[in-house]
Amino acid sequence: MSKGGLPGHFGDFGGQYVPETLMTPLEELEAAYELAKNDPGFQAELDYYLVNYVGRPTPLYHAQNLSRHFGGAQIWLKREDLCHTGAHKINNTIGQALLAKRMGKTRIIAETGAGQHGVATATASALFGLDCHIYMGEEDIARQSLNVFKMKLLGAEIIPVTSGSKTLKDAMNEALRDWVTNVKNTFYIIGSVAGPHPYPTIVRDFQLVIGKEAKEQIHAARERDPDTVIACVGGGSNSIGIFYPWLRTAVKLYGVEAAGLGLETDQHGAALAKGSKGILHGSLQYLLQDDFGQVQPAHSISAGLDYPGVGPEHSYFKDEGLVEYVSATDDEALAAFNLLSRTEGIQPALESSHALAYLVQAAPRLSAERIIIVNLSGRGDKDMNVIADRLGVGL
Amino acid sequence: MSRISERFASGKLLIPYIMGGWPDMATSAAVFRAFIKVGCPVIEIGIPYSDPVADGPTIQRASERALDKGVNTDQVLNMIAGVAAETDVSPVLMVYYNLIYRYGIKRFAQAARRAGVEGLIVPDLTVEESHDWRSAAEDYDIDTIFLASPTSSEERLAKIGGLAKGFVYAVSLTGVTGARAALPEYLKEFIARVKSNTELPVAVGFGISQPEQAAEVARSADGVIIGSAIIDLIERTPTERLTRTINEFGAGFLSAMRQP
Repeated sequence: MSKGGLPGHFGDFGGQYVPETLMTPLEELEAAYELAKNDPGFQAELDYYLVNYVGRPTPLYHAQNLSRHFGGAQIWLKREDLCHTGAHKINNTIGQALLAKRMGKTRIIAETGAGQHGVATATASALFGLDCHIYMGEEDIARQSLNVFKMKLLGAEIIPVTSGSKTLKDAMNEALRDWVTNVKNTFYIIGSVAGPHPYPTIVRDFQLVIGKEAKEQIHAARERDPDTVIACVGGGSNSIGIFYPWLRTAVKLYGVEAAGLGLETDQHGAALAKGSKGILHGSLQYLLQDDFGQVQPAHSISAGLDYPGVGPEHSYFKDEGLVEYVSATDDEALAAFNLLSRTEGIQPALESSHALAYLVQAAPRLSAERIIIVNLSGRGDKDMNVIADRLGVGL
Repeated sequence: MSRISERFASGKLLIPYIMGGWPDMATSAAVFRAFIKVGCPVIEIGIPYSDPVADGPTIQRASERALDKGVNTDQVLNMIAGVAAETDVSPVLMVYYNLIYRYGIKRFAQAARRAGVEGLIVPDLTVEESHDWRSAAEDYDIDTIFLASPTSSEERLAKIGGLAKGFVYAVSLTGVTGARAALPEYLKEFIARVKSNTELPVAVGFGISQPEQAAEVARSADGVIIGSAIIDLIERTPTERLTRTINEFGAGFLSAMRQP
């Protein structure tokens, strides 16, 4: 436990493995967050923006066509794809941007993989008049050109990252280096439940709204808890948000990692399934690494799941058996994307398609009165280039 | 007092940083020997790492190239063992914590000690998270050299100054490693703050690339750490001239730092 009263560790996991220069800013962040969390004024302001700007609450939609397709459980989709900017990421960036304002920070930095967190950060920065700089791996810039263009139009500067694997992991390294250099005026908006304490706690708290709403909504509609909840896990922010109300209950929770080209290959992003304990981006977690501790590049068709680590709290959930972590390959995710497009007219993000892919296992084995909630964490607009590419279609 | 601390009794120390295995293992060993010969009894050896968040572009690049060649922890320790066995030197490893953690904390301490390593600098290990490592380091008689930053509070400087062994590594600026045109104005005052919070010698690193800068720092600090400037030097020097160039480079810094 650290002195601010927030848990800094989740079992063995988490902590603060950072250069000494960042310790004072992290202590300041923790103190500011504690104050904000207990300030009704801050909560009211956050709620105002979540309702009037983000568009919350997002619907919990009963996907009857999809349910019929599997002929098993009733499938409900938590429609985070309907959030402003197209994914759950904005729940967190609005929260952190408000925190940055309270702390008097004028310059925002963030890392992004798929670009969803980058767009959500650039959006919150435009809204609150903050100077915004986004680190993005060169490889991700190439596969997510639409989001890059959007961020620029929102007034953000995009800084291409050419080191290491040129993806999310290296973008986060570069953002940390920027923060070490510009700690005085800069607020680092981390996009997942990763990074040094207190970030995994702060990001989780801002995403709890997903689960809180979903629970109220399913109780309003069916007067009961679901039997199963499924969400994809990259760093793990959307899944932790929707899992939280049902941890340590009878509800089965499935976190779906990216199996890429297959777990038997070295081309995947399944840190929980195939990783070992290690330190990345300031916290102890499960990690894809070699025998000497060199971090290995991940692979996934979805840039948002292309990350060799996973949030420390998920690492803890795995060891405690609180969540079952499974995986879906690139091909399974693509099939799920197509299925939801055809059956429901909803085009999910490739990240969320991994969660949907697990329905193939989970839905048919449950009877029609059972309920599964899938967190549809984002919409697929950003992925059209990647999908067209896979289908051999030129856009 | 540890051997590393005692080394500072002989005068202001120039502590060079070498990336183990870069540009290749033999050259890094040759540079290691050359710096010992020129009068640097404490030398920092880096182990290449995939995610060096405290390092700027120069050291990142060297690290990436070494990894591309397959350099690993055992190879770097072997190189150090070879040099340390033939001469009097206090090798200090500069290593990111995941390399220690994955290797096994105790096993790492044991392997480092066996190679002759006397101290460790772990740029992403804060005093808060250091308990397990410190206890292994004490078992194997290795100094843990903590870093102090200009952003560290008095309270943190006291903790760092109290727990460190060998010396305290004062990070001259808020930022990553790499040469800078000028040193920050607050540096002298910061060094004084670090010194008032420890009994140990204080060496200053990050950003120092010129003998004049080193001389200025040495007026208030006990040692000066040079990293990226040495990587740059190795990069632009043909192999056959390397030993001589290192001699001139080291002698130039030492004479500037030891002027009365």
